[in-house]
Amino acid sequence: MEVGLKMGFEETELRLGLPGGGEGGEVVRKRGFSETVDLKLNLSSSKQDTSGMDPNDEKVTGLNKEKNLLLSATDPAKPPAKAQVVGWPPVRSFRKNILATAIRKSGSDESSGEKVAFVKVSMDGAPYLRKVDLRMYTSYHQLSDALAKMFSYFTIGNCGSQGLKDFMNESKLMDLLNGSDYVPTYEDKDGDWMLVGDVPWEMFVESCKRLRIMKGTEAIGLAPKAVEKCKKMS
Amino acid sequence: MSEDDDRQQSPPSDLEFVSNKARNCNATGSGSGNPEFQSAYPDQVLENVLHFLTSKRDRNAVSLVCKSWYRVEALTRSELFIGNCYAVSPARATARFARVRALHLKGKPRFADFNMMPSDWGAHFNPWALAMAKAYPWLEKVHLKRMSVTDDDLATLAELFLGFKELVLVCCDGFGTSGLAIFVNKCRQLKVLDLIESESSDDEADWISCFPEGESHLESLIFDCVECHINFEALERLVARSPSLKKLRLNRYVSIGQLYRLMVRAPQLTHLGTGSFSSSEIAGQGDQEPDYVNAFAACKTLVCLSGFREIILDYLPAIYPVCANLTSLNFSYANITAEQLKPIISKCHKLQVFWVLDSICDEGLQAVAATCKELRELRVFPVDAREDSDGPVSEVGLQAISEGCRKLQSILYFCQQMTNAAVITMSKNCPDLVVFRLCIMGRHRADHVTGEPMDDGFGAIVMNCKKLTRLAVSGLLTDKVFDYIGRHGKLVRTLSVAFAGDSDMGLKYVLEGCPQLQKFEIRDSPFGDAALRSGLHHYYNMRFLWMSSCRLTRRGCQEIARAMPRLVVEVIRSADEEEVDDAVEILYMYRSLEGPRTDAPKFVTIS
Repeated sequence: MEVGLKMGFEETELRLGLPGGGEGGEVVRKRGFSETVDLKLNLSSSKQDTSGMDPNDEKVTGLNKEKNLLLSATDPAKPPAKAQVVGWPPVRSFRKNILATAIRKSGSDESSGEKVAFVKVSMDGAPYLRKVDLRMYTSYHQLSDALAKMFSYFTIGNCGSQGLKDFMNESKLMDLLNGSDYVPTYEDKDGDWMLVGDVPWEMFVESCKRLRIMKGTEAIGLAPKAVEKCKKMS
Repeated sequence: MSEDDDRQQSPPSDLEFVSNKARNCNATGSGSGNPEFQSAYPDQVLENVLHFLTSKRDRNAVSLVCKSWYRVEALTRSELFIGNCYAVSPARATARFARVRALHLKGKPRFADFNMMPSDWGAHFNPWALAMAKAYPWLEKVHLKRMSVTDDDLATLAELFLGFKELVLVCCDGFGTSGLAIFVNKCRQLKVLDLIESESSDDEADWISCFPEGESHLESLIFDCVECHINFEALERLVARSPSLKKLRLNRYVSIGQLYRLMVRAPQLTHLGTGSFSSSEIAGQGDQEPDYVNAFAACKTLVCLSGFREIILDYLPAIYPVCANLTSLNFSYANITAEQLKPIISKCHKLQVFWVLDSICDEGLQAVAATCKELRELRVFPVDAREDSDGPVSEVGLQAISEGCRKLQSILYFCQQMTNAAVITMSKNCPDLVVFRLCIMGRHRADHVTGEPMDDGFGAIVMNCKKLTRLAVSGLLTDKVFDYIGRHGKLVRTLSVAFAGDSDMGLKYVLEGCPQLQKFEIRDSPFGDAALRSGLHHYYNMRFLWMSSCRLTRRGCQEIARAMPRLVVEVIRSADEEEVDDAVEILYMYRSLEGPRTDAPKFVTIS
């Protein structure tokens, strides 16, 4: 008799976006920033893997195979997951959350004035939010990879030093926005919505309040503002 | 109605239909043979005697002797323990026991802690609060575990019970700091407020300031789980006017500098939970840092230390002066290495309870084993609680502990790899084990040296640890492990199973073999309706059975419900999914005198 998967729990697990609860905001080891996101998520922006199964995983039994397959088969918009099974290992979320915060703090002894930099990430069309800790990354590229893994149907425009230059160039910016499906934007300290990539990384981490991955066509309206701000800074 | 968790189980006395057999007891000289028993002595005599009985187990036994003893026991029971809030209604409880001063109530099953139960399932304290207010206005103490407690309930406790002294909430939720504010303000006799691993909302109420002025009776204030900023000046004044304060556990919004000020005011503390073990500002070159070492040294009676939430390791040596006296140390929020642990643990010769993170690695555990010869309880939690994370502790650490800590009684050990050999060694070295909980985080993981299932390791535990009452199994397990448990686990009361077994036989072995089984939680194991049927003879003796993601069908559950009218059989599905088919996602069933509860949400179907 098959155990029908109800996506409810997994759904809830992901939606909560509690510190340390989302894949992107997972526990950071003291070793440093080298780890970005849970690499076993088995997502990549290049492979559109809708089966959601890691073919090398022998540990998954019949029951769980069905679970994972159902998870991805019924709603392809969700990231296909070798999902962490709900409630396993049996560590209370209370403890997990506290640990995530505590470890981040202890791991950042080296940097001064470190504060937690959790921001909510929403994507247009996705039914749930995630949270990421921007301090886990040291560049736009890393953030881009992490977000790509989280929301596999999203592609980020060129980020990095070249990307910065592109944003400075208005016409190139337009090309970029028209070309990609989704574009990451963020709300800064002033409450303005900006395109991700328009300021140096550290400045971005300081000023970013939340992230929103919006459709490229919608983001075009932001472009002039972004370019203007860039011009002010250069 | 009452069960003693720690000791041998006595016949359940909450099922009146079992105990209502009119038993005549022959008092000396009055063998009248009359079905209406005539006592040779007035009830008052018996009352005076029974007052001395405090153990639940003894009281349950006493209440079954005869009607007269039942009646007198009910009059004299002052501590009421109810292991499942749905097993009996508040009305029934208050009707039977007239003079209760302390209530101990448990609600949701343990798997609810791991997000496996939709929220709003139930376990509301409210009907109990109201019933107690009417029946026991002299109530002094309430201890709740996994219940939903609202701000209104807290207000009820504070306003309707004039002599209320002690509130302990473990793994509860539903309230906020505004409820706490009302509670502490109105409870003028408050001695104990212990909030442990509970979730509270931050209503930005300055509840610490709400304690009434004047000398307080506080003996214990535990609020490390309350996630809100607190008014430190108010807290300092409170501690200063609480001469009886022995236990203080702070939340992470108290810095180490503030901790210092509190410790200076309360050197009589026996239990201390540091807040964040770091400062809110970074001390400049010339700034005087308080003498933390001295502060700890002044606490001559400190035996239990916890907290260390956002630890700055430079401060850790401050605790050296107290290590030699410590019987309990909780480092389970401190991500420290073996090297950082060693200077501390090497001084903790008296340590009996140690909670720690696996960041200390096997090497750290070896250091523990080398010094802590009195260790009774060890819990090793994972820093990275995911299936596929690196595992810094392994069978090496377990083996070391078993060799060094021969008096071990309770262990909870998270790891990524294990061997049967290490578990077998522990079963032989630690014969006093009462609680053995091993969590190999990778599902279905075999003995990593032999490739065999972990059956033999757990088998050895149930065979050699003759006092074992609680067991949690993991790793690759076949039906064989359940055969071992059924054959040898005769005292097992609590059993936790996940991703284990091959067939219905597994469940049958346990249900047929373990007469003391009370609490049984199973997930993701291939047990079906036939296996469920094999427990019919035993379910009335159990507190509950939980089975999730197994092979049960609605029909199978309904069959059980029909066969056992005093069992409440709840089939629970995810809150936002519609019923799809006959498959049962979660079965939670428990004996009850009340029948189906009336507060069940719509995702719960009671057969």
